[in-house]
Amino acid sequence: MVQHSSGVRPVIYAEGLVKRFGQVTALSGVSLAADPGTVLGLLGPNGAGKTTAVRILTTLLIPDAGHAEVAGFDVVRHPQEVRERIGLAGQQASVDEYLTGRDNLVMVGRLYHLPSRQARSRADELLARFGLEDAAGRLVKTYSGGMRRRLDLAASLVAAPPVLLLDEPTTGLDPRSRTDMWTVIEGLVRDGTTLLLTTQYLEEADRLADHIAVVDHGRVVAAGSPDTLKKSIGGERIDVAVPDPKDMAVVRAAIARAVGREPDLDLELNRLTVPVEAGVRDLTAVVRELDQAGIVVEDIGLRRPTLDEVFMTLTGHEGPGSGQTEEVS
Amino acid sequence: MASLASEPRSRPFITRLGWAVSDSWTVVRRHLTHIRYMPDKLLDVTIQPIMFVVLFAYVFGSAIKVPGGNYRSFLMPGIYAQNMMFASMPIMAALVQDMQRGVIDRFRSLPMSRAAVLVGHAGASFIESMLGLVIMLLCGLFIGWRPELGVGSTLGGIGLLMLFAFAMTSVGTFLGLIVKSVEAAQSFGFIVMFPLTFIANTFVPTAGMPVWLRTVANWNPVSAVVQAVRTLFGNLPPGSHGGPTWTLAHPVLSTLIFACLLIAVFMPLAVWRFRRMLLE
Ligand SMILES: Nc1ncnc2c1ncn2[C@@H]1O[C@H](COP(=O)(O)OP(=O)(O)OP(=O)(O)O)[C@@H](O)[C@H]1O
Ligand SMILES: [Mg+2]
Repeated sequence: MVQHSSGVRPVIYAEGLVKRFGQVTALSGVSLAADPGTVLGLLGPNGAGKTTAVRILTTLLIPDAGHAEVAGFDVVRHPQEVRERIGLAGQQASVDEYLTGRDNLVMVGRLYHLPSRQARSRADELLARFGLEDAAGRLVKTYSGGMRRRLDLAASLVAAPPVLLLDEPTTGLDPRSRTDMWTVIEGLVRDGTTLLLTTQYLEEADRLADHIAVVDHGRVVAAGSPDTLKKSIGGERIDVAVPDPKDMAVVRAAIARAVGREPDLDLELNRLTVPVEAGVRDLTAVVRELDQAGIVVEDIGLRRPTLDEVFMTLTGHEGPGSGQTEEVS
Repeated sequence: MASLASEPRSRPFITRLGWAVSDSWTVVRRHLTHIRYMPDKLLDVTIQPIMFVVLFAYVFGSAIKVPGGNYRSFLMPGIYAQNMMFASMPIMAALVQDMQRGVIDRFRSLPMSRAAVLVGHAGASFIESMLGLVIMLLCGLFIGWRPELGVGSTLGGIGLLMLFAFAMTSVGTFLGLIVKSVEAAQSFGFIVMFPLTFIANTFVPTAGMPVWLRTVANWNPVSAVVQAVRTLFGNLPPGSHGGPTWTLAHPVLSTLIFACLLIAVFMPLAVWRFRRMLLE
């Protein structure tokens, strides 16, 4: 029986999904679960298998092995029942370029078997909600990338599905549109939608997901809440910003003496980072050592690890969003 | 693992059939709306064939002699058949584009009837070809072509053209699901369709061709289609009834067989291919 530790039956559930494309193994045994009304984030680098997992869960692809249920129905045996309960916004905005925004939404409504009038009023409602009223009568061909994405998301919401699967919903959006999209997604979750979201942005998973599955090479390499994941790779971090590169070696030695571990150097930011177990006590020790060495640092701080670092530790390579994510200090 | 996944309640057949019809219509309407916004999509079935008519009827035609007959009457059935032959092209392009842009994925993630995706595409493409046929018939009448036999025979000729267009649409449906790019779809037009329509009796009698080419042309099924249309419209030049090959001697029957064969082969192939897309 499919049950989560909490005893609630997950709305999205997958066990041991395997999918091969010729020589390539896209998924080699992926298991996932999302409780009702929560957000499950699938985080992984290019080619990890995120899209493949989404395509299986949305009945677009049949797995070679494993089992998956969405909204209580088996995706392979009862795809039609699943389709009636899901909304999908794929990795590319799959809207029709040669129809207007409104036409697109009305068409999708009709294909969900809404009566014609209801399909039209739902379309207008969604156009308003996504700030597309002014462009509603224009061909989608003339829309910007961000407008297309919003329209695509609107299309996945036409039938107000209880389960939503979004494959990289904010890729290619500017920071402003991305935050807007987050707000929309948070609103949907508040209204009780269960959501699976894949993302290239660690920051995004951190903000939106209740539960994150880190996928790499077709496997879930780590899973848990953002907090658990961060804890799982050790406690906090101390960052030391060194204004003068000449001091780097001295600072490095001071930190190593204080916490008994070599710090990592970020050349671009002239910053040394070291994981610590004892938090403030370690921080004080570092400050004392630096003081004794007579070094003035630009900035020093204690912080929780970022998902970027979680990612690096778990997969052995840099997170896809590194460089774009902001430090949470 | 014992699963507790729910069992669906089954829907009555009539409901599902109703949805299949209305979903197909929704997909057809989508294409008709495209045409409304972008009438230039119709150039393929309007201006282009008209150019062909002008080119052959007035430019090449001025130098082509049909034994004892009128070249324009000889030409138009060829043009009609050629256009129905090209009925396979718009659906190919439409399917390839929809697949590339993820529109097919969106359709497949909706609770719509599976069949409707293909039926709708094919239906729209067929309607487009019929529009082209009407325009060509009017164009033919305008330049002096006339069906010479009775109403029944004329309608028979039109029906045969429609059947052939439908057969070619099913070919295009399958190919549209196979080819990977719009360019590939277009080169199919040049590499396969052009030789097939030109190495035939479409524009000129085959009698003047070199022997080897004439043999190919006479056995070319397109020649049989053209011959059948000429027969039913009464546009065969005197003395060219019958023919050196069985297909030309029984053009209507061989066209019927040919069209039904294409449908019987390519429709199931298209459905098979569409289903298989789930596994790849
Ligand atoms: N249709 C296909 N045919 C062949 N290989 C495929 C196909 N789809 C995916 N793959 C391969 O499977 C692997 C997983 O791909 P997938 O698209 O699921 O990754 P992803 O995590 O979504 O990556 P991205 O972040 O780039 O979108 C890749 O190696 C990819 O090349
Ligand atoms: Mg992907």
